[in-house]
Amino acid sequence: MDLQVSPITLVLSFVLVLFAMFISYKEKLGTAKEILYSVIRAVIQLVIVGYVLTYLFGLDNPIVTIGLILVISFNAAWNAHKRSNNIPNSLKISMTAIFSTIILTLSILVLSGSIEFIPSQIVPISGMICGSAMTTIGLCYRNLNALFRDQRQQVLEKLSLGATPNQASRPILRDTIKSGMQPALDSAKTIGIVTLPGMMSGLMFAGTVPMTAIMYQIMVTFMVVATSSISSYIASFLAYRSFFNDRQQFLA
Amino acid sequence: MSLLEIKNLSFEAANKKILENIQLTVDEGDFLSITGPSGSGKSTLLKIIATISSKTSGEFFYNGKPIESYEPTEYRKEVSYCFQSPVLFGETVKDNLAFPYTIREMKFDETKAVEYLKTVGLPEEYLDKTINSLSGGEKQRIALIRNVLFQPKILLLDEVTSALDEENRQIIWKWLQDMRQKTKMTILMISHNEEEAALADKHIHIVTGKIVGKGGAENGFTS
Ligand SMILES: Nc1ncnc2c1ncn2[C@@H]1O[C@H](COP(=O)(O)OP(=O)(O)OP(=O)(O)O)[C@@H](O)[C@H]1O
Ligand SMILES: [Mg+2]
Repeated sequence: MDLQVSPITLVLSFVLVLFAMFISYKEKLGTAKEILYSVIRAVIQLVIVGYVLTYLFGLDNPIVTIGLILVISFNAAWNAHKRSNNIPNSLKISMTAIFSTIILTLSILVLSGSIEFIPSQIVPISGMICGSAMTTIGLCYRNLNALFRDQRQQVLEKLSLGATPNQASRPILRDTIKSGMQPALDSAKTIGIVTLPGMMSGLMFAGTVPMTAIMYQIMVTFMVVATSSISSYIASFLAYRSFFNDRQQFLA
Repeated sequence: MSLLEIKNLSFEAANKKILENIQLTVDEGDFLSITGPSGSGKSTLLKIIATISSKTSGEFFYNGKPIESYEPTEYRKEVSYCFQSPVLFGETVKDNLAFPYTIREMKFDETKAVEYLKTVGLPEEYLDKTINSLSGGEKQRIALIRNVLFQPKILLLDEVTSALDEENRQIIWKWLQDMRQKTKMTILMISHNEEEAALADKHIHIVTGKIVGKGGAENGFTS
Protein backbone atom coordinates (compact mmCIF):
# COMPACT_ATOMS: atom_id res chain seq x y z
CA MET A 1 0.00 0.00 0.00
CA ASP A 2 1.31 3.43 -0.93
CA LEU A 3 1.07 6.31 1.44
CA GLN A 4 -1.51 8.67 0.08
CA VAL A 5 -0.79 11.59 2.33
CA SER A 6 0.81 14.57 0.62
CA PRO A 7 0.91 18.32 1.21
CA ILE A 8 -2.22 18.67 -0.96
CA THR A 9 -4.21 16.03 0.88
CA LEU A 10 -3.17 17.69 4.13
CA VAL A 11 -4.50 21.04 3.02
CA LEU A 12 -7.78 19.37 2.14
CA SER A 13 -7.95 17.54 5.48
CA PHE A 14 -7.62 20.92 7.16
CA VAL A 15 -11.41 20.90 6.79
CA LEU A 16 -11.36 18.80 9.96
CA VAL A 17 -9.88 21.68 11.90
CA LEU A 18 -12.54 23.98 10.48
CA PHE A 19 -15.14 21.78 12.16
CA ALA A 20 -13.50 22.37 15.49
CA MET A 21 -13.35 26.09 14.87
CA PHE A 22 -16.95 26.17 13.74
CA ILE A 23 -18.11 24.50 16.97
CA SER A 24 -16.05 26.92 19.01
CA TYR A 25 -17.48 29.89 17.11
CA LYS A 26 -21.07 28.72 17.27
CA GLU A 27 -20.98 27.88 20.98
CA LYS A 28 -18.97 31.03 21.76
CA LEU A 29 -16.27 28.96 23.44
CA GLY A 30 -13.75 31.65 22.59
CA THR A 31 -11.23 29.00 21.60
CA ALA A 32 -11.26 29.41 17.79
CA LYS A 33 -8.03 31.38 17.86
CA GLU A 34 -6.42 28.92 20.22
CA ILE A 35 -7.40 26.00 17.99
CA LEU A 36 -5.88 27.69 14.98
CA TYR A 37 -2.78 28.65 16.93
CA SER A 38 -2.19 25.19 18.37
CA VAL A 39 -2.73 23.47 15.03
CA ILE A 40 -0.38 25.82 13.22
CA ARG A 41 2.16 25.43 15.98
CA ALA A 42 1.94 21.64 15.72
CA VAL A 43 2.44 21.82 11.94
CA ILE A 44 5.49 24.05 12.23
CA GLN A 45 7.05 21.97 15.01
CA LEU A 46 6.49 18.73 13.14
CA VAL A 47 7.89 20.04 9.87
CA ILE A 48 11.03 21.29 11.60
CA VAL A 49 11.42 18.05 13.53
CA GLY A 50 10.91 16.13 10.29
CA TYR A 51 13.82 17.94 8.63
CA VAL A 52 16.04 17.76 11.70
CA LEU A 53 15.43 14.04 12.17
CA THR A 54 16.02 13.26 8.51
CA TYR A 55 19.36 15.00 8.80
CA LEU A 56 20.33 13.38 12.12
CA PHE A 57 19.21 9.89 11.15
CA GLY A 58 21.38 10.30 8.07
CA LEU A 59 24.41 11.03 10.26
CA ASP A 60 23.91 7.78 12.18
CA ASN A 61 26.50 8.87 14.74
CA PRO A 62 26.26 7.27 18.23
CA ILE A 63 27.28 10.49 19.95
CA VAL A 64 24.60 12.42 18.11
CA THR A 65 22.09 9.72 19.03
CA ILE A 66 23.01 9.91 22.69
CA GLY A 67 22.86 13.70 22.47
CA LEU A 68 19.32 13.40 21.12
CA ILE A 69 18.30 11.07 23.94
CA LEU A 70 19.68 13.59 26.44
CA VAL A 71 17.77 16.45 24.85
CA ILE A 72 14.53 14.48 24.86
CA SER A 73 15.07 13.36 28.46
CA PHE A 74 15.88 16.83 29.65
CA ASN A 75 12.79 18.27 27.98
CA ALA A 76 10.64 15.62 29.59
CA ALA A 77 12.21 16.25 33.00
CA TRP A 78 11.72 19.99 32.59
CA ASN A 79 8.05 19.56 31.78
CA ALA A 80 7.48 17.15 34.65
CA HIS A 81 9.24 19.62 36.94
CA LYS A 82 6.91 22.41 35.84
CA ARG A 83 3.93 20.31 36.93
CA SER A 84 5.31 19.88 40.44
CA ASN A 85 3.70 23.00 41.87
CA ASN A 86 6.87 24.05 43.68
CA ILE A 87 7.91 20.77 45.25
CA PRO A 88 11.51 21.55 46.25
CA ASN A 89 14.18 19.82 44.12
CA SER A 90 11.60 18.72 41.58
CA LEU A 91 13.92 19.30 38.62
CA LYS A 92 16.63 17.12 40.13
CA ILE A 93 14.06 14.50 41.08
CA SER A 94 12.50 14.51 37.60
CA MET A 95 15.89 14.18 35.95
CA THR A 96 16.93 11.32 38.21
CA ALA A 97 13.67 9.48 37.60
CA ILE A 98 13.70 9.99 33.84
CA PHE A 99 17.37 9.21 33.32
CA SER A 100 17.17 6.03 35.41
CA THR A 101 14.04 4.95 33.57
CA ILE A 102 15.42 5.55 30.12
CA ILE A 103 18.80 3.94 30.82
CA LEU A 104 17.18 0.84 32.29
CA THR A 105 14.50 0.49 29.63
CA LEU A 106 16.70 1.20 26.62
CA SER A 107 19.39 -1.18 27.88
CA ILE A 108 16.92 -4.03 28.15
CA LEU A 109 15.40 -3.32 24.75
CA VAL A 110 18.78 -3.08 23.03
CA LEU A 111 20.35 -6.03 24.87
CA SER A 112 17.37 -8.25 24.17
CA GLY A 113 17.71 -7.37 20.52
CA SER A 114 14.20 -5.89 20.34
CA ILE A 115 15.60 -2.71 18.88
CA GLU A 116 18.89 -1.70 17.36
CA PHE A 117 21.07 1.15 18.49
CA ILE A 118 20.38 3.21 15.39
CA PRO A 119 18.79 6.65 15.55
CA SER A 120 15.67 5.75 13.58
CA GLN A 121 14.77 3.19 16.28
CA ILE A 122 16.32 4.66 19.40
CA VAL A 123 14.97 8.17 18.98
CA PRO A 124 11.26 7.38 18.58
CA ILE A 125 11.44 4.80 21.36
CA SER A 126 13.17 7.29 23.67
CA GLY A 127 10.43 9.75 22.86
CA MET A 128 7.79 7.24 23.92
CA ILE A 129 9.63 6.33 27.12
CA CYS A 130 10.18 9.95 28.08
CA GLY A 131 6.65 10.95 27.20
CA SER A 132 5.21 8.22 29.37
CA ALA A 133 7.63 8.92 32.23
CA MET A 134 6.85 12.63 32.03
CA THR A 135 3.10 12.07 32.32
CA THR A 136 3.62 9.59 35.14
CA ILE A 137 5.92 11.86 37.14
CA GLY A 138 3.61 14.84 36.66
CA LEU A 139 0.74 12.74 38.01
CA CYS A 140 2.82 11.63 40.98
CA TYR A 141 3.62 15.23 41.88
CA ARG A 142 -0.02 16.21 41.64
CA ASN A 143 -1.07 13.33 43.86
CA LEU A 144 1.63 13.90 46.43
CA ASN A 145 0.59 17.54 46.73
CA ALA A 146 -3.09 16.66 47.01
CA LEU A 147 -2.63 13.78 49.46
CA PHE A 148 -0.21 15.57 51.74
CA ARG A 149 -2.64 18.49 51.84
CA ASP A 150 -5.69 16.31 52.57
CA GLN A 151 -3.95 14.04 55.05
CA ARG A 152 -1.87 16.70 56.76
CA GLN A 153 -3.25 16.02 60.23
CA GLN A 154 -2.72 12.26 59.93
CA VAL A 155 0.87 12.78 58.91
CA LEU A 156 1.41 15.06 61.91
CA GLU A 157 -0.18 12.56 64.27
CA LYS A 158 2.07 9.80 63.00
CA LEU A 159 5.18 11.93 63.36
CA SER A 160 4.19 12.88 66.88
CA LEU A 161 3.93 9.17 67.72
CA GLY A 162 7.55 8.80 66.65
CA ALA A 163 7.12 7.67 63.04
CA THR A 164 9.82 8.53 60.54
CA PRO A 165 8.72 10.66 57.57
CA ASN A 166 8.77 7.48 55.52
CA GLN A 167 6.53 5.62 57.97
CA ALA A 168 4.21 8.62 58.21
CA SER A 169 3.93 8.82 54.42
CA ARG A 170 3.46 5.13 53.61
CA PRO A 171 -0.22 5.17 52.57
CA ILE A 172 0.34 8.38 50.62
CA LEU A 173 3.33 6.90 48.84
CA ARG A 174 1.47 3.74 48.02
CA ASP A 175 -1.49 5.64 46.56
CA THR A 176 0.81 7.95 44.62
CA ILE A 177 2.85 5.19 43.02
CA LYS A 178 -0.31 3.32 42.13
CA SER A 179 -2.00 6.33 40.61
CA GLY A 180 1.11 7.16 38.60
CA MET A 181 1.00 3.73 36.99
CA GLN A 182 -2.73 3.69 36.45
CA PRO A 183 -2.95 5.38 33.01
CA ALA A 184 -0.40 2.93 31.58
CA LEU A 185 -2.29 -0.04 33.00
CA ASP A 186 -5.64 1.30 31.82
CA SER A 187 -4.40 1.82 28.32
CA ALA A 188 -2.81 -1.65 28.30
CA LYS A 189 -6.23 -3.08 29.16
CA THR A 190 -8.07 -1.36 26.33
CA ILE A 191 -5.35 -1.66 23.73
CA GLY A 192 -6.65 -3.16 20.50
CA ILE A 193 -10.22 -3.09 21.80
CA VAL A 194 -10.78 0.63 22.09
CA THR A 195 -7.54 2.11 20.87
CA LEU A 196 -5.20 1.21 18.10
CA PRO A 197 -2.06 2.91 19.29
CA GLY A 198 -0.20 5.36 17.11
CA MET A 199 2.87 3.27 16.53
CA MET A 200 0.96 0.18 15.44
CA SER A 201 -1.38 2.15 13.21
CA GLY A 202 1.57 4.00 11.76
CA LEU A 203 3.40 0.80 10.89
CA MET A 204 0.31 -0.74 9.30
CA PHE A 205 -0.39 2.47 7.45
CA ALA A 206 3.09 2.39 6.03
CA GLY A 207 2.47 -1.15 4.84
CA THR A 208 3.98 -3.39 7.53
CA VAL A 209 2.31 -6.75 8.03
CA PRO A 210 -0.13 -6.52 10.96
CA MET A 211 1.64 -9.28 12.90
CA THR A 212 4.96 -7.43 12.84
CA ALA A 213 3.24 -4.19 13.78
CA ILE A 214 1.50 -5.98 16.62
CA MET A 215 4.70 -7.49 17.94
CA TYR A 216 6.22 -4.04 18.07
CA GLN A 217 3.16 -2.81 19.86
CA ILE A 218 3.46 -5.62 22.41
CA MET A 219 7.02 -4.51 23.04
CA VAL A 220 5.87 -0.92 23.42
CA THR A 221 3.19 -2.00 25.88
CA PHE A 222 5.75 -3.83 28.03
CA MET A 223 7.95 -0.80 27.80
CA VAL A 224 5.27 1.69 28.82
CA VAL A 225 4.12 -0.42 31.76
CA ALA A 226 7.71 -0.74 32.97
CA THR A 227 8.48 2.91 32.33
CA SER A 228 5.53 4.18 34.28
CA SER A 229 6.20 1.85 37.21
CA ILE A 230 9.88 2.71 37.42
CA SER A 231 9.44 6.44 37.04
CA SER A 232 6.47 6.52 39.38
CA TYR A 233 8.43 4.61 42.03
CA ILE A 234 11.58 6.69 41.79
CA ALA A 235 9.86 10.07 41.58
CA SER A 236 7.49 9.36 44.49
CA PHE A 237 10.23 8.05 46.75
CA LEU A 238 12.48 11.00 46.03
CA ALA A 239 9.76 13.64 46.15
CA TYR A 240 7.97 12.74 49.40
CA ARG A 241 11.15 13.69 51.25
CA SER A 242 10.74 17.28 50.11
CA PHE A 243 7.66 17.59 52.30
CA PHE A 244 9.81 17.19 55.42
CA ASN A 245 12.86 19.02 56.74
CA ASP A 246 15.98 17.44 58.19
CA ARG A 247 14.51 17.73 61.70
CA GLN A 248 11.86 15.28 60.43
CA GLN A 249 9.19 17.95 60.62
CA PHE A 250 6.32 18.21 58.18
CA LEU A 251 6.58 21.37 56.12
CA ALA A 252 3.08 21.84 54.72
CA MET B 1 18.97 18.17 86.60
CA SER B 2 15.52 18.96 85.26
CA LEU B 3 13.81 16.80 82.70
CA LEU B 4 12.87 19.78 80.54
CA GLU B 5 14.54 23.12 80.68
CA ILE B 6 13.37 25.98 78.51
CA LYS B 7 15.17 29.31 78.56
CA ASN B 8 14.23 32.50 76.73
CA LEU B 9 12.34 30.55 74.13
CA SER B 10 10.57 32.52 71.40
CA PHE B 11 8.62 31.49 68.37
CA GLU B 12 7.77 33.64 65.40
CA ALA B 13 5.63 32.78 62.39
CA ALA B 14 4.55 35.01 59.54
CA ASN B 15 6.39 37.94 61.17
CA LYS B 16 4.31 37.58 64.29
CA LYS B 17 5.70 36.86 67.73
CA ILE B 18 3.65 33.94 68.97
CA LEU B 19 5.75 32.97 72.00
CA GLU B 20 8.07 35.37 73.77
CA ASN B 21 10.83 34.62 76.27
CA ILE B 22 9.31 31.50 77.71
CA GLN B 23 11.11 30.19 80.84
CA LEU B 24 10.03 26.82 82.06
CA THR B 25 11.50 23.89 83.95
CA VAL B 26 9.76 20.59 84.33
CA ASP B 27 11.01 17.88 86.66
CA GLU B 28 10.44 14.19 86.39
CA GLY B 29 6.99 13.24 87.68
CA ASP B 30 5.58 16.76 87.41
CA PHE B 31 1.97 17.26 86.43
CA LEU B 32 1.80 20.72 84.92
CA SER B 33 -1.34 22.39 83.68
CA ILE B 34 -1.24 25.18 81.13
CA THR B 35 -4.07 27.66 80.88
CA GLY B 36 -4.63 30.84 78.93
CA PRO B 37 -7.01 32.48 76.48
CA SER B 38 -7.59 31.13 73.01
CA GLY B 39 -4.78 32.04 70.63
CA SER B 40 -2.31 32.76 73.43
CA GLY B 41 0.22 30.19 72.19
CA LYS B 42 -0.45 27.16 74.40
CA SER B 43 -0.60 24.61 71.60
CA THR B 44 2.38 26.23 69.92
CA LEU B 45 4.42 25.70 73.09
CA LEU B 46 3.49 22.02 73.35
CA LYS B 47 4.18 21.48 69.64
CA ILE B 48 7.65 22.93 70.09
CA ILE B 49 8.23 20.68 73.08
CA ALA B 50 7.02 17.77 70.93
CA THR B 51 9.40 18.89 68.13
CA ILE B 52 6.48 19.09 65.71
CA SER B 53 7.78 22.60 65.09
CA SER B 54 10.99 24.33 66.10
CA LYS B 55 11.64 27.37 68.25
CA THR B 56 12.85 30.52 66.55
CA SER B 57 15.29 31.39 69.35
CA GLY B 58 16.20 30.51 72.89
CA GLU B 59 17.34 27.30 74.51
CA PHE B 60 15.58 24.02 75.06
CA PHE B 61 17.17 21.12 76.94
CA TYR B 62 15.89 17.61 77.48
CA ASN B 63 17.73 15.60 80.13
CA GLY B 64 20.38 18.31 80.15
CA LYS B 65 21.16 18.04 76.44
CA PRO B 66 20.07 20.49 73.73
CA ILE B 67 17.03 19.28 71.84
CA GLU B 68 18.93 19.41 68.54
CA SER B 69 21.19 16.62 69.75
CA TYR B 70 18.34 14.10 69.79
CA GLU B 71 17.18 11.98 66.90
CA PRO B 72 13.65 13.43 66.42
CA THR B 73 11.87 10.08 66.02
CA GLU B 74 13.45 8.64 69.14
CA TYR B 75 12.69 11.78 71.12
CA ARG B 76 9.04 11.76 70.01
CA LYS B 77 8.67 8.22 71.24
CA GLU B 78 9.64 9.50 74.69
CA VAL B 79 7.80 12.80 74.54
CA SER B 80 4.38 12.07 73.14
CA TYR B 81 1.99 14.80 71.98
CA CYS B 82 -1.74 14.26 71.74
CA PHE B 83 -3.33 16.82 69.41
CA GLN B 84 -6.12 19.20 70.31
CA SER B 85 -8.46 17.59 67.79
CA PRO B 86 -6.85 14.28 66.94
CA VAL B 87 -7.81 12.31 63.85
CA LEU B 88 -7.60 8.58 63.56
CA PHE B 89 -6.01 7.02 60.49
CA GLY B 90 -6.41 3.80 58.54
CA GLU B 91 -9.74 2.02 58.63
CA THR B 92 -10.24 0.44 62.03
CA VAL B 93 -9.39 1.10 65.66
CA LYS B 94 -6.86 -1.70 65.37
CA ASP B 95 -4.98 0.14 62.60
CA ASN B 96 -4.47 2.98 65.06
CA LEU B 97 -3.46 0.93 68.06
CA ALA B 98 -1.12 -1.24 65.98
CA PHE B 99 0.69 1.79 64.58
CA PRO B 100 3.02 2.36 67.55
CA TYR B 101 4.07 -1.30 67.17
CA THR B 102 4.51 -1.03 63.40
CA ILE B 103 6.90 1.89 63.66
CA ARG B 104 8.96 -0.03 66.23
CA GLU B 105 8.91 -3.08 63.96
CA MET B 106 7.19 -5.07 66.69
CA LYS B 107 4.29 -7.46 66.66
CA PHE B 108 0.99 -5.91 67.74
CA ASP B 109 0.20 -6.82 71.35
CA GLU B 110 -3.55 -7.27 71.13
CA THR B 111 -3.98 -8.27 74.78
CA LYS B 112 -2.37 -5.07 75.95
CA ALA B 113 -4.42 -2.95 73.54
CA VAL B 114 -7.64 -4.55 74.76
CA GLU B 115 -6.62 -3.96 78.34
CA TYR B 116 -6.12 -0.26 77.60
CA LEU B 117 -9.45 -0.08 75.76
CA LYS B 118 -11.18 -1.52 78.81
CA THR B 119 -9.57 0.94 81.21
CA VAL B 120 -11.14 3.81 79.25
CA GLY B 121 -14.49 2.03 79.16
CA LEU B 122 -14.41 0.53 75.68
CA PRO B 123 -15.10 -3.20 75.20
CA GLU B 124 -12.88 -5.55 73.23
CA GLU B 125 -15.13 -5.45 70.13
CA TYR B 126 -13.99 -1.89 69.54
CA LEU B 127 -10.74 -3.17 68.12
CA ASP B 128 -12.45 -4.02 64.83
CA LYS B 129 -14.75 -1.04 64.67
CA THR B 130 -14.29 1.29 61.72
CA ILE B 131 -13.05 4.73 62.71
CA ASN B 132 -15.99 6.46 61.05
CA SER B 133 -18.44 4.69 63.32
CA LEU B 134 -16.93 6.16 66.50
CA SER B 135 -18.21 9.07 68.56
CA GLY B 136 -15.98 12.08 69.25
CA GLY B 137 -15.34 10.93 72.80
CA GLU B 138 -14.41 7.44 71.67
CA LYS B 139 -12.01 8.79 69.05
CA GLN B 140 -10.37 10.98 71.66
CA ARG B 141 -9.88 8.03 74.02
CA ILE B 142 -8.41 5.86 71.27
CA ALA B 143 -6.06 8.64 70.20
CA LEU B 144 -4.87 8.84 73.80
CA ILE B 145 -4.23 5.11 73.98
CA ARG B 146 -2.06 5.46 70.87
CA ASN B 147 0.14 7.85 72.83
CA VAL B 148 0.58 5.67 75.90
CA LEU B 149 0.73 2.07 74.64
CA PHE B 150 4.47 2.48 74.91
CA GLN B 151 4.72 4.50 78.04
CA PRO B 152 6.27 7.88 77.21
CA LYS B 153 8.49 9.79 79.65
CA ILE B 154 6.44 12.92 79.04
CA LEU B 155 2.84 13.02 77.91
CA LEU B 156 1.73 16.28 76.29
CA LEU B 157 -2.03 16.70 76.34
CA ASP B 158 -3.68 19.45 74.32
CA GLU B 159 -7.21 20.05 75.59
CA VAL B 160 -7.95 16.38 75.30
CA THR B 161 -11.23 16.64 77.16
CA SER B 162 -12.58 19.89 75.75
CA ALA B 163 -14.91 18.22 73.26
CA LEU B 164 -16.12 15.60 75.71
CA ASP B 165 -19.16 15.38 77.93
CA GLU B 166 -18.90 15.13 81.71
CA GLU B 167 -18.93 11.33 81.71
CA ASN B 168 -16.12 10.97 79.17
CA ARG B 169 -14.15 13.67 80.90
CA GLN B 170 -14.38 11.86 84.24
CA ILE B 171 -13.24 8.61 82.58
CA ILE B 172 -10.15 10.30 81.22
CA TRP B 173 -9.34 12.16 84.43
CA LYS B 174 -9.55 8.98 86.44
CA TRP B 175 -7.39 7.22 83.90
CA LEU B 176 -4.75 9.93 84.03
CA GLN B 177 -4.66 9.81 87.82
CA ASP B 178 -4.32 6.04 87.81
CA MET B 179 -1.57 6.12 85.25
CA ARG B 180 0.34 8.73 87.18
CA GLN B 181 0.10 6.76 90.39
CA LYS B 182 1.36 3.65 88.67
CA THR B 183 4.07 5.14 86.50
CA LYS B 184 5.39 8.51 87.64
CA MET B 185 4.78 9.72 84.10
CA THR B 186 5.40 13.43 83.58
CA ILE B 187 2.36 15.22 82.17
CA LEU B 188 1.96 18.66 80.60
CA MET B 189 -1.69 19.41 80.02
CA ILE B 190 -3.39 22.33 78.34
CA SER B 191 -6.81 22.91 79.76
CA HIS B 192 -9.68 25.36 79.56
CA ASN B 193 -11.39 23.73 82.47
CA GLU B 194 -10.56 24.93 85.99
CA GLU B 195 -11.54 21.73 87.68
CA GLU B 196 -9.28 19.85 85.30
CA ALA B 197 -6.35 22.23 85.69
CA ALA B 198 -6.64 21.74 89.43
CA LEU B 199 -5.76 18.05 89.03
CA ALA B 200 -2.21 19.14 88.28
CA ASP B 201 0.33 20.06 90.90
CA LYS B 202 1.95 22.91 88.96
CA HIS B 203 0.37 25.57 86.78
CA ILE B 204 1.38 28.13 84.23
CA HIS B 205 -0.83 30.75 82.67
CA ILE B 206 -0.02 32.11 79.22
CA VAL B 207 -1.36 35.35 77.76
CA THR B 208 -0.36 36.56 74.27
CA GLY B 209 2.69 34.37 74.13
CA LYS B 210 4.09 35.16 77.57
CA ILE B 211 3.94 33.23 80.80
CA VAL B 212 2.21 35.64 83.16
CA GLY B 213 1.69 33.35 86.12
CA LYS B 214 3.28 30.31 87.68
CA GLY B 215 2.31 28.33 90.67
CA GLY B 216 2.75 25.09 92.53
CA ALA B 217 0.16 23.22 94.56
CA GLU B 218 1.76 24.32 97.80
CA ASN B 219 2.30 28.04 97.19
CA GLY B 220 -0.85 28.67 95.18
CA PHE B 221 -1.11 30.63 91.99
CA THR B 222 0.88 33.81 91.50
CA SER B 223 0.30 36.33 88.78
N1 LIG C 1 2.72 28.31 61.93
C1 LIG C 1 1.99 29.39 62.26
N2 LIG C 1 1.90 30.42 61.37
C2 LIG C 1 1.18 31.52 61.67
N3 LIG C 1 0.49 31.67 62.82
C3 LIG C 1 0.53 30.69 63.71
C4 LIG C 1 1.28 29.49 63.47
N4 LIG C 1 1.13 28.69 64.55
C5 LIG C 1 0.34 29.35 65.41
N5 LIG C 1 -0.03 30.54 64.91
C6 LIG C 1 -0.83 31.57 65.59
O1 LIG C 1 -0.35 31.66 66.91
C7 LIG C 1 -1.39 31.93 67.82
C8 LIG C 1 -1.36 30.91 68.93
O2 LIG C 1 -1.80 29.66 68.44
P1 LIG C 1 -2.02 28.41 69.41
O3 LIG C 1 -2.61 27.33 68.59
O4 LIG C 1 -0.76 28.12 70.09
O5 LIG C 1 -3.07 28.97 70.43
P2 LIG C 1 -3.75 28.27 71.67
O6 LIG C 1 -3.33 29.02 72.87
O7 LIG C 1 -3.50 26.82 71.64
O8 LIG C 1 -5.29 28.56 71.40
P3 LIG C 1 -6.59 27.62 71.62
O9 LIG C 1 -6.90 27.70 73.09
O10 LIG C 1 -7.63 28.27 70.80
O11 LIG C 1 -6.24 26.26 71.16
C9 LIG C 1 -2.66 31.93 67.01
O12 LIG C 1 -2.99 33.27 66.73
C10 LIG C 1 -2.28 31.20 65.75
O13 LIG C 1 -3.06 31.65 64.67
MG1 LIG D 1 -4.59 25.13 71.28
